[in-house]
Amino acid sequence: LQWPYCRKRCSYCNFNTYVVPAVDEEAVQACLVREVRTLLRLSQVKSITSVFFGGGTPSLASPSTIAAVLEAMAGAAHLPSDAEVTLEANPSSTTTQRLAGFKAAGVNRLSIGVQSLDDVELRLLGREHTAAEAQAAVEAARGLFPGRTSIDLLFGLPGQSLDAWTQRLEAALGLCDDHISLYQLTLERGTALAAQVWGGALPAPPQDLLADMYQAARTMMVAAGFRHYEVSNFARKGALSTHNLSYWRAEQYIGVGPGAHGRFVPRGEGGCSREARVQMLEPIAWMQAVQSSGHGTGKRVMLSPLEQLEEVLALGLRTDEGITHERWGHFSPHLSLEAVFEAPGQALQQQGWMVLDSGGLRCTERGLAVLDSLLPDLLCQLQRS
Amino acid sequence: MALAPRTVMWWARLRSLCPCAAPRCLPPWLPGGSAACKRLYGSRDKEKLDMSAYPVENIRNFSIIAHVDHGKSTLADRLLEITGTIAKTARNKQVLDKLQVERERGITVKAQSASLFYNHEGVNYLLNLIDTPGHVDFSYEVSRSLSACQGVILVVDANEGIQAQTVANFYLAFEAQLAIIPVINKIDLKHADPERVEKQIEKLFDIPIDECVRISAKQGTNVEKVLQKIIEKIPPPQCNTADPLKALVFDSTFDHYRGVIANIALFGGEIQKGHKIVSAHTKKRYEVNEVGILTPNEQPTHKLYAGQVGYVIAGMKEVTEAQIGDTLFLYKQPVEPLHGFKSAKPMVFAGMYPVDQTEYNNLKSALEKLTLNDSSVTIHRDSSLALGAGWRLAFYTAFMFGTVLKLRMEQVKHFLAFSPICLLSYSVYLFVNLQYVLFICFQEYGKAEITIINPAQFPDKISVSEYLEPTVLGTIVTPQEYIGKIIVLCQDRRAVQKDMLYIDEHRVMLKYLFPLNEIVLDFYDALKSLSSGYASFDYEDAGYQAADLIKMDILLNGNPVEELATIIHSDKAYATGKLLCERLKDAIPRQLFEIAIQAAIGKKIIARETLKAYRKNVVAKCYGGDITRRMKLLKRQAEGKKLMRKIGNVEVPRDAFIRVLKREPDK
Repeated sequence: LQWPYCRKRCSYCNFNTYVVPAVDEEAVQACLVREVRTLLRLSQVKSITSVFFGGGTPSLASPSTIAAVLEAMAGAAHLPSDAEVTLEANPSSTTTQRLAGFKAAGVNRLSIGVQSLDDVELRLLGREHTAAEAQAAVEAARGLFPGRTSIDLLFGLPGQSLDAWTQRLEAALGLCDDHISLYQLTLERGTALAAQVWGGALPAPPQDLLADMYQAARTMMVAAGFRHYEVSNFARKGALSTHNLSYWRAEQYIGVGPGAHGRFVPRGEGGCSREARVQMLEPIAWMQAVQSSGHGTGKRVMLSPLEQLEEVLALGLRTDEGITHERWGHFSPHLSLEAVFEAPGQALQQQGWMVLDSGGLRCTERGLAVLDSLLPDLLCQLQRS
Repeated sequence: MALAPRTVMWWARLRSLCPCAAPRCLPPWLPGGSAACKRLYGSRDKEKLDMSAYPVENIRNFSIIAHVDHGKSTLADRLLEITGTIAKTARNKQVLDKLQVERERGITVKAQSASLFYNHEGVNYLLNLIDTPGHVDFSYEVSRSLSACQGVILVVDANEGIQAQTVANFYLAFEAQLAIIPVINKIDLKHADPERVEKQIEKLFDIPIDECVRISAKQGTNVEKVLQKIIEKIPPPQCNTADPLKALVFDSTFDHYRGVIANIALFGGEIQKGHKIVSAHTKKRYEVNEVGILTPNEQPTHKLYAGQVGYVIAGMKEVTEAQIGDTLFLYKQPVEPLHGFKSAKPMVFAGMYPVDQTEYNNLKSALEKLTLNDSSVTIHRDSSLALGAGWRLAFYTAFMFGTVLKLRMEQVKHFLAFSPICLLSYSVYLFVNLQYVLFICFQEYGKAEITIINPAQFPDKISVSEYLEPTVLGTIVTPQEYIGKIIVLCQDRRAVQKDMLYIDEHRVMLKYLFPLNEIVLDFYDALKSLSSGYASFDYEDAGYQAADLIKMDILLNGNPVEELATIIHSDKAYATGKLLCERLKDAIPRQLFEIAIQAAIGKKIIARETLKAYRKNVVAKCYGGDITRRMKLLKRQAEGKKLMRKIGNVEVPRDAFIRVLKREPDK
């Protein structure tokens, strides 16, 4: 579920977010609620396993809005009390009081955009908060959501050294709960930071340094008892994000709100194949669409069986469990993993990039780091089969 | 095929001629009044001309030669207008440049000819203008046009003065013992300095100043005087209609419906429909279907007589049957073939392979169309282990590759523009090869001579006693301030200075003997860029010279890259090898393993670069909203993989070789 508004745009972010002086929250809430109802009816989903409030900055929404949306879900489908309900939060909008409000509204997991624990780096990233505020926010969150607070960190910032990164991570490990996402900074076209780097005002981090940072982080995280369960995600004590796993396992999900993406079978209108859907990007247009027709879907594309398998492959291999035979069989009942990937699998297996065994097809630790170089060949292989 | 719409346009112009033009001597095919206006197109149904009215002494055969842009085509337009050959309209811009590529670029590639009728002091003259290409890369076509002439008009720009091509063209005419009429053009220009140019002409060509004619072809100033000079200075052809037929083929074109149209100059006898003729070169026999003159499109006549210039259609199916320089004679009346005919030997070769083999047939038909009209290039099927099926293009002239091939490929594209595959011409691998001659010692048989085109055929060093490479004699004319840089450039290209002469106080003419492979790709561009465009260049074939040649291989992880193997002078091997390795390192993307990029002579490695393996390449964030974009990118990469060239296990993008082979302009 997409809350598209931010107080300020960060220098590295190219998401579909909007900085507006005043949000008509009542109207947005009404539209989110209406779209939730419409799309749940369309999908005929009976039971919801997880909810994720992303953005934007959904922690800027009021707890009553979150509550209203969750109530709407519970009214249209089964929403078990232990379903994971995550809210993305910025350290600058997370007082203990607000967090308590979100908890009362039904949120049971927090993902805090810490990004860095260094004030200079935070300024470079255009973040509103300081390292101290981030620390306070995480501590407050852990008090209210023990074992269910996640933090995000970025590495590979322009000018960042390997030492600086390991120090940041060390500090984060002292602060964190049982889930951390470590993202290599991606320079996105159209962002202020990318313009500075490509224009030569800031140094571009060398490829080999990024590889070293990634390896160092993995080593530290594993030593601290975390499982490296996806390219950028680490969890201990089983605190994996159910919601994000469902993306990588190519399960069904419904996207609600401006610019939200979904993948589901619209059984409610007689559909029988999986569709890729994107809601309209611009909030005002989206709201008008929701008001007039119940939902603001801007684009829907039927996914062919091959396209579905391509997604299963590209997403599943990002996880440490890989693609199980069972999941593959669900999307490809006639052609097994072995039938498709036996030949190239052997070569990649010999070179130490991948494993194909009774557990399914997955990357080795080395292979995961270069997955994007492996995928084009695997996709070609899939197209040929 | 491509010419058909222009033919129609021509007739449209001729029709509009009647009311507005006032020619001095009405062309005989325009008897006047409305008869001409009724003629649409299709020349066969109208009355044929009687050419017997023009005896040898009333005929002048001439060419206009000039450096590019000095105004040759504009002068030709004026001559055609004054003699009433074409109507006087503002649209007469370079009407002899028939090919569209020529129109578009303002340069002439293929020679076109026209017969003009002119009355001088009560005598009707037949003036045959044989147009010549005006571009630096076409000396070969210039020389073959001159062989049908007795004189030339040498046009020099009053502002730019003598340029390299002026010199080269002058000597071509001079050596052919032709009468030379120097004409100084563009005297209307603000910076025109005809005195200076006259002095240059006197100094360099030893032609008295008072023989120069100052004109403005654009405004028509003094153009009449040029016509008078043609009649006075150029001798009529020395030949006799009573002799047996002897016709020189000096050009040929292809017509989709009528076959080959050979342009001929009669050195003796006469020719008409029904004659049985023989090619001295191929010994093949043909029956003449049609003869005529060019005006400048084909105009049938009853006969052609000795001294006249025109065309013959005789059932030849391919341009190669009408070899330039060949002699035609009557069946059972053989004559001594005309002096100077050599069966042309190709000088430059290019391997051409479609990147995507499914494009083979499309490219094939495009290339066939190209060669139909152009006998200076032939194609042969060829295949490469690495690149699949393709062609070897053989060019019968030592032209500079970059410029001309681009031109010729534009012609291909032009043909392709009629089909839905117009972008095709860009997706080919193209490699330039020269022909080298090697002498090999065999213990039992003694010495043998072999010619090498493909570096893959290069033999073991031990057995070779001598290597020969093709050379050209280059002429450079430049303002003196660039001499230093140009000498350095030439030395860097292994050229040997043969001559250096100040043609006036500011301009210098340099002559250098160049190895062809040093200029074939980019010398002209380099020269132009270091002289801010002021230096001009022309060249002629100069045979073979001994050179220390070796074969250099480029290896990727030990596997040779066929496209990059070269025959190279040993002095250049190290620097070139190093450069190629560095360029390849930039052109090949990082892969999952380390790649050694090496240059090797035999087993000896002379340069090496290392492309490190990817250690990390995986996108950080991939959630619900990122997936669509991600899949698009991955699928594009997967498609790209299919077009990669695999060398061993190394994947090389298709543009990498072109990026590697492209030379930087010399500093």
